[in-house]
Amino acid sequence: MAELWAGWIWPTAWIVIQILAIVLPLLLAVAYLTLAERKVIAAMHLRKGPNVVGPFGLLQPMADGLKLFLKETIIPTGANRGVFVIAPMITFILALVAWAVIPFGRHGDGSPMVLADINVGILYLFAISSLGVYGIIMAGWASNSKYAFLGAIRSAAQMVSYEVSIGFVIVTVLLCVGSLNLSDIVEAQAGSWGLFNWFVFPLLPMAVIFFVSGLAETNRHPFDLPEAEAELVSGYNVEYSAMTFALFFLGEYANMILMSGMTSVLFLGGWLPPFNVAPFTWIPGPVWFALKIAACLFVFLWVRATFPRYRYDQLMRLGWKVFLPVSLAAVAVVAGALLAFGWMPARAG
Amino acid sequence: MDRTARAVLLSELVAGLALTFRYMFKPSVTLNYPYEKGPISPRFRGEHALRRYPNGEERCIACKLCEAICPAQAITIEAEPRADGSRRTTRYDIDMVKCIYCGYCQEACPVDAIVEGPNFEFSTETREELLYDKEKLLANGDRWESELAANLTAEAPYR
Repeated sequence: MAELWAGWIWPTAWIVIQILAIVLPLLLAVAYLTLAERKVIAAMHLRKGPNVVGPFGLLQPMADGLKLFLKETIIPTGANRGVFVIAPMITFILALVAWAVIPFGRHGDGSPMVLADINVGILYLFAISSLGVYGIIMAGWASNSKYAFLGAIRSAAQMVSYEVSIGFVIVTVLLCVGSLNLSDIVEAQAGSWGLFNWFVFPLLPMAVIFFVSGLAETNRHPFDLPEAEAELVSGYNVEYSAMTFALFFLGEYANMILMSGMTSVLFLGGWLPPFNVAPFTWIPGPVWFALKIAACLFVFLWVRATFPRYRYDQLMRLGWKVFLPVSLAAVAVVAGALLAFGWMPARAG
Repeated sequence: MDRTARAVLLSELVAGLALTFRYMFKPSVTLNYPYEKGPISPRFRGEHALRRYPNGEERCIACKLCEAICPAQAITIEAEPRADGSRRTTRYDIDMVKCIYCGYCQEACPVDAIVEGPNFEFSTETREELLYDKEKLLANGDRWESELAANLTAEAPYR
């Protein structure tokens, strides 16, 4: 019995606690990201944004969530019931599951603060974010509606196109690190120069391409063609209501946070402080990581308030005729530079 | 060459982002509507009212010019001589659902009896409540008289 407790129950409970410690703050962050989005965009439009529910509108996300929770889930007559219900769950689960490999910091004993410290972390992330398209395709297909279907088709084409350049950008980072482990990627950006060691500076064009592709990958402005209100009503989720819609919404915003987390890990030095001097090093790693994610998310919202939507052919042109050749060339240039100047990372050997 | 450089350096995009960022720190122009309201012109054509003379006598003499001019035919008037021989309405109804708030009734009125006041917050929960009768219109007149009189005075030079 004692062995059962020590060998199975406690480790399982410990993992469940860790999962909750990641997922609960994440969902709270998603809720407040929706409020932050409305507030930031309102400020840029010279409006006030939600300010009635609670002080400064701080309870607005709760009110929205409660509303969606209490509404009726309508399943269209022509819909494929099973697939229709599973699609939002897939979107939501994939958005959460990716967080298993994101490192939040470093424990006192030097081990990374992460749920699953696997050596192919970045490939896992890449695979999970590619799977995200299934939720959308299934939603569009099962809805049995032309708008939903067109939205899903667009979304699939767009996500597949931009994943190619994201992949090449990740390869350039990997060449500089020599490891697929996300904690190693963060550690490789540590150094005496603080923030100037981060990959944003040596790989600035790659960071920009990664971020813009991330906008396309999460179907955000200015690449939000899948849910172009003007012509597709709302894209792949037109037929969804109440909790099923809420799951799509949560998944979409969790994906935004994930994309910001990936940008922070790959280019902004993850949990590392920007300067290696006293007041900055006192602040714990997870706080720095959260601040960097928040900064990336602000850019997401900022971009949404600034740019008009791309036309579909412009979107495809940017993905295939600009980003793909540039990122492919960058892989060759970075690899060549590393080899020519003997800057290959030690772990690569 | 210049065009390529601008495209590669994303200068237009950065300029756009800078603009929205500057706007973020400007004060917002929102009016907190139910608590704050915008200014209203004396010519504003809101809810109708039937006015009275200062001695309490109603102004309307049942000439039916407003009923005749109303393009939406929202006004219905019936009249007969009162016991003291003066001509007054027995019925003065305005269908506020039909009304298009053109203001022709107040233009037509020779005695400034029917006027459109500054009130625009008279929504109701049922349609029937918007079928105003004489009693309701006179009550509106009593309620808004100070504003109505001020507006008429302000507009007098232009009429």
